[in-house]
Amino acid sequence: MALKSYDDLSEMQIDVLREIGNIGSGNAATALSEMLGHPVSISVPKVRILDYAEVVTGLGGPETMVVGLLLTLSEDVEGMMMFLLQREFAHMSLSALLGEEIERFDQIDEMGMSAIREVSNIMAASYVTAIASLTGLTINISTPDLTIDMLGAIMSVPAIHFANISDKIIFIEDEFGNQEQSAPSHILLFPDVASLNKIMTNLGIDL
Amino acid sequence: MSKSVVVGISDLNAVKAPDQLITYALGSCVGICLYDRTTKIAGLAHIMLPSSKEMGGGTNQPFRYADTGIAALVKMMVAMGAIGGHIQAKIAGGAQMFAATSNTAISNIGQRNVEAVRQTLNQMRIPILADDTGSNYGRTVIFNSEDGMMLVKSAARGEKLL
Repeated sequence: MALKSYDDLSEMQIDVLREIGNIGSGNAATALSEMLGHPVSISVPKVRILDYAEVVTGLGGPETMVVGLLLTLSEDVEGMMMFLLQREFAHMSLSALLGEEIERFDQIDEMGMSAIREVSNIMAASYVTAIASLTGLTINISTPDLTIDMLGAIMSVPAIHFANISDKIIFIEDEFGNQEQSAPSHILLFPDVASLNKIMTNLGIDL
Repeated sequence: MSKSVVVGISDLNAVKAPDQLITYALGSCVGICLYDRTTKIAGLAHIMLPSSKEMGGGTNQPFRYADTGIAALVKMMVAMGAIGGHIQAKIAGGAQMFAATSNTAISNIGQRNVEAVRQTLNQMRIPILADDTGSNYGRTVIFNSEDGMMLVKSAARGEKLL
C-alpha cells in the first residue's frame, strides 16, 4: 500500500528512517572529525515524526534565534533538508575551525557563515549518502542557503512549501561532541510523499 | 487590565480595546492587522498561502489563505460590532527567508503572499495604512486595539511602530 502522507508511516518504516538517521549521523561524525581535525563523538540520534508546532515548541519557541540552512533535494528524491543549529553548535564548530569564540549570533562574520555553510554541506552529504547507498537512488543536493533568524520565521518556509501535502516532518536530533563540549544539531527532512514511497519501495519495505 | 491574545500560524482572532494581539515570527507568512477606529475593534490574521482557489481543498482550512482568511476576519470583527466600511489595514511579513537561488517556488512565496493580501484588501475596499513587508528577515507583530498601532519586532532591524 502506498503512503499518502507521513501519518501513514508504520512503526517499522519509522525504524528504517531511524536506521538511515543512524548511518547518516555516523558518516557525519566521521566527516566532521576530519574537517575539524579532532575526534567528534555522536550520540545515538533520535528520529521522530513531528508536526511543525512540536518542532518550534521543542526548540525553544518561535522567537528563538537559530542558524537555519536549507538544501533542496532533486533527481530520484525530491524535497528539502533543513538544519537548525543552536548557538552552542555554531560556537563549537567555529571555535574548532577558526579559533573564534562567539557568544552571540551577530558576532558571526562572513568567514564564520562560510564555515558553518561548509559544515552543514558535509553533514547534509553524509545523510544523503546514507539514503542513496541504502536505496540505490540518485539524489542531488543543492548548496545550502543560510540565514540566522527567528525559528518560527525559518520554519515558515518548509511549512508553506509543504502546506498542502503534510504538516509532518522527519526530525533527527543528534548530539555532537568533542572532549570539552557537546552540542545538539537538528535535521529536518522533507521528502515529498512520492519520494518517501520510492525510498520505502527500494528498501523492500512496501507495506 | 488588558490582555494579549496570541494568534498562531494559519489562525486569526479579534479583540476589543484595551486588549492586544500578537503573532510571533512571521517569515514568508503575512500578518494582516485590521482595525475599526470608531469601535476600537482589532483583528489579526496570520496567513500562509495566497489563495484557497489555486490550492484546492482550501475550504477546510480557510484561515490559511489570504483570500478566505481576510474575509473570515472581517466577518468576525463585524459580528463583534465593527463597522465594515470603517476597517483599515496594516500588514507585515512576506519575507524571503532564504536566497534559495536554486528554487524559485521557495524564493517568491513571500512576495506572492503580499500581493494576494493587497489584492484581497483592495477588492474589499480596505485601505492599507502601513506596510512592512518583503526583505529577508522574520518579524513578530504586536497589534494594539487601543490606538491601532502595529509594533513590528525583528532581530535584524529592531522595533518599528507603524
